[in-house]
Amino acid sequence: MKYQYISDFFIALAYFSIPLELIYFVKKSAVFPYRWVLVQFGAFIVLCGATHLINLWTFTMHSRTVAMVMTTAKVFTAAVSCITALMLVHIIPDLLSVKTRELFLKNKAAELDREMGLIRTQEETGRHVRMLTHEIRSTLDRHTILKTTLVELGRTLALEECALWMPTRTGLELQLSYTLRQQNPVGYTVPIHHPMINQVFSSSHAIKISPNCPVARIRPAGKYMPGEVVAVRVPLLHLSNFQINDWPELSTKRYALMVLMLPSDSARQWHVHELELVEVVADQVAVALSHAAILEESMRARDLLMEQNVALDLARREAETAIRARNDFLAVMNHEMRTPMHAIIALSSLLQETELTPEQRLMVETILKSSNLLATLINDVLDLSRLEDGSLQLDLGTFNLYALFREVLNLIKPIASVKKLHVSLNLAPDLPEYAVGDEKRLMQTILNVVGNAVKFSKDGSILISAFVAKAELLRDPRTPEFFPVPGDNHFYLRVQVKDSGIGVSSQDIPKLFTKFAQIQSTAIRNSGGSGLGLAICKRFVNLMEGHIWIESEGLGKGCTAIFMVKLGIPERLNDSKLALMPKVPPNHGPTAFPGLKVLVMDENGVSRMVTKGLLVHLGCDVTMVSSSEECLRVVSHEHKVVFMDVCVPGMDGYEIAIRIQEKFTKRHERPIIVALTGNTDKATKEKFMRVGMDGLILKPVSLDKMRSVLSDLLEHRVLFEAI
Amino acid sequence: MDLVQLQRQLVEYRTSLYHEGFLDEQFTQLQELQDENNPDFVVEVVSLFFEDSERLLNELTKALEQQSIDFKRVDAHVHQLKGSSSSIGAQRVQKVCIAFRNYCEEQNVEGCLKCLQQVRHEYSLVKTKLESMFQLEQQILSAGGSIPM
Repeated sequence: MKYQYISDFFIALAYFSIPLELIYFVKKSAVFPYRWVLVQFGAFIVLCGATHLINLWTFTMHSRTVAMVMTTAKVFTAAVSCITALMLVHIIPDLLSVKTRELFLKNKAAELDREMGLIRTQEETGRHVRMLTHEIRSTLDRHTILKTTLVELGRTLALEECALWMPTRTGLELQLSYTLRQQNPVGYTVPIHHPMINQVFSSSHAIKISPNCPVARIRPAGKYMPGEVVAVRVPLLHLSNFQINDWPELSTKRYALMVLMLPSDSARQWHVHELELVEVVADQVAVALSHAAILEESMRARDLLMEQNVALDLARREAETAIRARNDFLAVMNHEMRTPMHAIIALSSLLQETELTPEQRLMVETILKSSNLLATLINDVLDLSRLEDGSLQLDLGTFNLYALFREVLNLIKPIASVKKLHVSLNLAPDLPEYAVGDEKRLMQTILNVVGNAVKFSKDGSILISAFVAKAELLRDPRTPEFFPVPGDNHFYLRVQVKDSGIGVSSQDIPKLFTKFAQIQSTAIRNSGGSGLGLAICKRFVNLMEGHIWIESEGLGKGCTAIFMVKLGIPERLNDSKLALMPKVPPNHGPTAFPGLKVLVMDENGVSRMVTKGLLVHLGCDVTMVSSSEECLRVVSHEHKVVFMDVCVPGMDGYEIAIRIQEKFTKRHERPIIVALTGNTDKATKEKFMRVGMDGLILKPVSLDKMRSVLSDLLEHRVLFEAI
Repeated sequence: MDLVQLQRQLVEYRTSLYHEGFLDEQFTQLQELQDENNPDFVVEVVSLFFEDSERLLNELTKALEQQSIDFKRVDAHVHQLKGSSSSIGAQRVQKVCIAFRNYCEEQNVEGCLKCLQQVRHEYSLVKTKLESMFQLEQQILSAGGSIPM
């Protein structure tokens, strides 16, 4: 009994303390979700305790109150316990599942840990790669790149050995170029067509290879178990493969081989991430190498360009110096050579005028001829150099074609008749009378060609024909690049000069137009000439957009020189280049020569006034002078014509003419000098011509006569009235 | 006199001058040169001729009065006179001048003096004639007419 008491008491104690403890600990912990359950449980336990406590009094006889209390307590206990039991049914599964969840979470945590580890390794690898790449790319020197690669790889992956095999020049072998540990790699070579090597080359991955592979046998055979070996290909971009706009073709790729060996006595294996690292590095190395190659190439190209630049600059400066020297030379030549020549020619011709013995005369004539030849030569050379420069321009003007040909004929007739050559001129009827072009140079060309014909003919005849070239004849099969285009305001003048002289052989024909080249036959050599004439003609003809050539059937069979030049057709009414007027009918308007500046020199006031009246009536701008000194003072290049009244008693007229001629060095600037005289003898006329007057008119001069005289003079620059 | 009559008179007078050899075509040329730009051309030239000739005649007289006659000088003057007269078409004067020059060349004093007298005479004749012609022209112009060609 006693024991029951004690046990009940302790039970009750326990029953009361347990909830206290529970409450205490629950209070302590903040996260207990089942508070309510706990309260219920607590209540249950308390009531159970109470029951047991009350049981203490029921062991003995107890009063009705106790029994009542007991009953109440038991009822409550029962209620609470039932409710608790019901609640627990819900709760216990939850509590149990908590445990499972906990287990689950633990597993998850372990997994995450593992993955963290992996990521960390990868990140490290990435860092290594970046660092490697940085190292590799930080230099553009091949060797450094490769060495750095090996060193860094060795460090990162803790390799025993790392080696790089480069293909040889022939491409048939791999040569050991770089290693990590060995300082000076011996020049091992391995043939490239090894199945294992091919396997490595054909894949872009790092591949494990057997340590017995020839490329892996770089270390002296040790007693240790060799570690695993991995090989990877490194694509090499061949310099010549690299075009700016092309990608290199894959088929012609060359590869180097990188071999990595793990330490031999460790049980390490190649991990996937390590292999990936190796592959990435290999690619980076390839890129870095190609950059280095490009840089080398561009540096070389730049050096080359700089050298070339320097050389070009030098050449240009030399050329400029040469041109300057030549121009200076020409300028000096021009003046210095012409001045003495002028003196020689002038004085020799003056000497000719004086009294000479026949031998002396012959000598003077020879001097004159030679110096004229020399002057022509100088002019030719200077002209030619100006032509070469391209600085020569044509002096275009309207001129009379017929008059030009007649003048050529007149000039050539004396020489031809001396050689007993018959010269005939045939001008086509449809040849226009006037043309626009460079009269002086055209004359020079024709004269040169005709002169050659005369020079190289001993006897026979020379036929000069000129006509307008028709369209179908314009194209010459020999010169396909010459395309004359007929048009409205121009025409092509075709001139043919046929002679019956010594002719030219067919192989010499191309040489004819080259400067200074002369046909090497003695006959021609003896006739003199510089060999420049035809070259100059060709240049002139080309300037006139034409073409010149020579046909000959051979030596001794004569030859024909033909040229075509483009000439303009002058506008009939508006041409006022040189105050040129077509012949006006007599009762034309008074101002036939508007603004023509004229100088009238006459000592007699009345006749001076009359002449002035005549010219003013014709529209000229007249300046009057009454003495020779005044005339010389006043005359300028603006005056186009000078009318000089010459009184026979004085020699003034002649002197003035000479002095005026001296005043103007260029012939085309000189005014036309016309003598007005009442004197009618032939000697006077000849004297005037000799002195260099351009015209002679007999007084009295009527209005019509003056008009026609002026128009003739301006057209021809020459008018000697028939006496 | 009325305008038409004046004009007719002028034409007749002029024709007579030509007829009598006082003037030749040169004078016609001078008249042709006269236009709106140069309305008094003829008068101007003739006046100049008169002045020039008077001067030359005085020079000639002086030169021929000398003890030793400088024929070159005389010839120069005559040449001038010849030129002037031929310029305006004073035909008769010109003819005398030509003869005068020949005498000068021959250094014939007599002949020269005779010619001088002749020249003087011809000159005064032509002067008077020209002056009357100009007067007639003035009359026509002031009557409001135009000079017939």
